[in-house]
Amino acid sequence: MNNQEFAREMRKLILEGIYRAKSGHPGGSLSCTDILAVLFNEELKIDPKNPKMEDRDRFVLSKGHACPALYAALALKGFFSTDELKNLRKIDSILQGHPDMKHIPGVDMSTGSLGQGISTACGMAISAKRNGKEYRVYSVLGDGECQEGQVWEAMMFAAHYKLDNLCFFIDNNGLQIDGKITDVMSPLPFEEKLLAFGMHLIQIDGHDYGQIKAALAEAKTVKGKPTAILAKTVKGKGVSFMEDIASWHGAAPSEEQYNQAIGEVR
Amino acid sequence: MSEMKALRDAYGEGIAELGEEFDNLFVLDADLTKSTKTEVFKKKFPERFINCGIAEGNMMSVASGLATCGNIVFASTFAMFAAGRAYEQIRNSIAYPRTNVKIVATHAGLTVGEDGATHQCLEDMALMRAIPGMTVISPSDAVQTKAALRYACETEGPVYIRVGRLAVPVVHKEGYRFTPGSYVKIAEGNDMTILYTGPFYQTALDVKEIYEAKGISVKVLDVPSIKPMSEEAVKEAAKTGFIVTLEDHNTVGGFGSAVCETLASLPAEYPSPKVLRLGADDQFGTSGTPAEILKKYGLDAKSVAVRIAEAKYPEWKAEFENL
Repeated sequence: MNNQEFAREMRKLILEGIYRAKSGHPGGSLSCTDILAVLFNEELKIDPKNPKMEDRDRFVLSKGHACPALYAALALKGFFSTDELKNLRKIDSILQGHPDMKHIPGVDMSTGSLGQGISTACGMAISAKRNGKEYRVYSVLGDGECQEGQVWEAMMFAAHYKLDNLCFFIDNNGLQIDGKITDVMSPLPFEEKLLAFGMHLIQIDGHDYGQIKAALAEAKTVKGKPTAILAKTVKGKGVSFMEDIASWHGAAPSEEQYNQAIGEVR
Repeated sequence: MSEMKALRDAYGEGIAELGEEFDNLFVLDADLTKSTKTEVFKKKFPERFINCGIAEGNMMSVASGLATCGNIVFASTFAMFAAGRAYEQIRNSIAYPRTNVKIVATHAGLTVGEDGATHQCLEDMALMRAIPGMTVISPSDAVQTKAALRYACETEGPVYIRVGRLAVPVVHKEGYRFTPGSYVKIAEGNDMTILYTGPFYQTALDVKEIYEAKGISVKVLDVPSIKPMSEEAVKEAAKTGFIVTLEDHNTVGGFGSAVCETLASLPAEYPSPKVLRLGADDQFGTSGTPAEILKKYGLDAKSVAVRIAEAKYPEWKAEFENL
């Protein structure tokens, strides 16, 4: 599969999982789908047959509510069956409403409480540095998530310890539960803040596979500082009636909406 | 008189010793290395020490990420900023994924002294005890502290160890090993039991002496295992018909509460004695020397004797007040 096909299959699984669960977070899952598609389809050194491989690249979904996208990517990579997505959020399912590393193969950290995932990624990155390991650590944050002070504590830490093996995306879809990030509590401007916190900053269109790949390649050449990839995205990307609508942050489609959405992403 | 030693000094020494034995042991601190005594480890193993600055929430989550990569991680700061400020990071980043992180929280309780209420954590045992799967240990002396550290190193999963700032007598024998649910019998007795945790060894013995002068025989048990609570200690105490719990913590949700929960769940053949829970009575701390504060909060030996008299031997209350 190329990245576009991988992302298309992810979007189908995300929509099916959330539709069957009758709950979940489609908007933020669809906005980071193309980023996760490139990471999981091409970039990460991971092995579905050996999910705990010692020197694997790590991935932490700091915006844990977008886990339908992570679950879809892991399933397509073969960490578990794509049929598992049918059990998303259901009783006794491994696919909890937010990522659970104890039960889901391929999940490197349990996340969901915003701001904490990026800090755990820093812990993984400094472990590699101190133990002389070559693996890299990737993370995806929400733009609303950056309202959490802990995100900036983590960046201060990552810059101080020169964690150039850490690369994180900010999924800048501009919306959060209560509306536009600039209306609720503006975390802008990102560019100046990220630079002031000592990040190597790359700005891309988060739905352009070429730009995502180029940013990941550039990040690997950076020495002495972490890389922040500020990715402009569209919440609900790929489903016309969900795109750029805050209320699709945490709502499941009806049967009619689901059928239309599947038709659009196909 | 036994040797006196602060538990935090034992932590500093103990963790540096364990650093030699366990080459995957990391220590994290939040700008308090001189107070928590992690500076000993920092000097010896700089490559396995990480100062996280004054950002305790980040430190706990970093600790968890580090632990997922095969490391044993100790994270230290004052109890207030560990169990208090970083409660949710401990719950969601460490306990829920069950990573191999040990939180050693120093400066717990009123005995912090002069720094006063904002730095005297009186709720940490309650908070940590309520987290599923968390082991909570409250050592009473330097030997027990080092034993708790060893247990934490040798056991997978999250552990919270609470240590105070005060110098206290070294009571336990070399070779002492901590196991979950264990307790140490300090003195035998039949008429009542003092169950204490933390820095109250001498207090308990002084109270015992006061009561034994009246012909009341007092059993004294030292209980470091807060979660799991020592069922054996509670059973032994229940048989004496009256229980006093002593802790440097709020009486809501801490050691005394844990004793009562265990007591209430004992099999039917055990008696159900009254329990007098002594600690900070649902109030904040204050500045002063540790001895002055303990007296003000009714936790010095004389006050404890009086409060026991109020509850069980009212005829001696006036006499003990004049001790």
